[in-house]
Amino acid sequence: MDIKTKVTNLIVEELGVEIGEVTLEASFIEDLGADSLDTVELIMKFEEEFDIDIADDDAEGLTTVGKAIEYLEKQLS
Amino acid sequence: MKRLEDKVAIITGAARGIGFSIAEMLSKHGATSIIIDLNKEAVDAAVQQIDDLGNRAIGFIADVTNSDEVASIFKEIHKKFGKIDILINNAGITKDGLLMKMKESDWDAVMNVNLKGTFICTQKVCRYMMKSRSGVILNIASVVGIMGNAGQANYAASKGGIIALTKSSAKEFASRNIRVNAIAPGFIKTEMTDKLPQEVIDNYSDAIPLSRMGTAKDIANLCIFLASEEASYITGQTIQVDGGLIM
Repeated sequence: MDIKTKVTNLIVEELGVEIGEVTLEASFIEDLGADSLDTVELIMKFEEEFDIDIADDDAEGLTTVGKAIEYLEKQLS
Repeated sequence: MKRLEDKVAIITGAARGIGFSIAEMLSKHGATSIIIDLNKEAVDAAVQQIDDLGNRAIGFIADVTNSDEVASIFKEIHKKFGKIDILINNAGITKDGLLMKMKESDWDAVMNVNLKGTFICTQKVCRYMMKSRSGVILNIASVVGIMGNAGQANYAASKGGIIALTKSSAKEFASRNIRVNAIAPGFIKTEMTDKLPQEVIDNYSDAIPLSRMGTAKDIANLCIFLASEEASYITGQTIQVDGGLIM
């Protein structure tokens, strides 16, 4: 499974949204209905799934699906 | 059915004193008590005592000020039981002395165990509770955290801090159906208070409207209520169990 698919699945699972809603431009808070706790949980999920540490400063920038995928791809390459 | 049937409860500093009474009572009401403390023999003895009554308890050795240790033990507990329903932050120490002469190391030690330990355990447990959209956290504060106490600047500050931490975490976790409350014991008969001179004990007792010291059971009883569904609309509160000492 590639990173994009994994991330998409995690978002669907964590935020309880439809897979079609998880577009690259979708903002976690604006479009996918996440609150601040959800975003923290999501980052923790990413850390767990990909076995990495995401610094708080980096996490703050991961506001959309696309930004999260891009970040994770860079970290894992 | 028992009030806390099948609940998994972690109690820190539970090998002795108030913590042990809480663990004993939770188990009596159907919960599995997970006793966390520093001393292995004391933990084993506490577990054995609950076991002898036909109730469920297991023990873990951990230092609440060590976040890696706490995280790995909570992970193990979650793996074993599939959930963590209740956390009781009870571990606490005193290093009394007048502020003018208080050593910085005594300030730090008390702050670390009492306040930082409560923070660490709360932080490490909340991810499991958030996921399951339910949980109860009870923080053992103290009336001196409300009224202050000469000779206990460090202890009082740590307990006052616990009350503020309780309110903040109650606000943060409310949307996930996690309730956080504090219990403020007054003058309770424990090994901690047994060390006090008789004169101090008499002075205190005179100031208590119910004119007697409380027992660890008085605290445990409140824990049962606050941990149960009966308290489902109570969060962010500090409830005093002090015989009316402060009102």
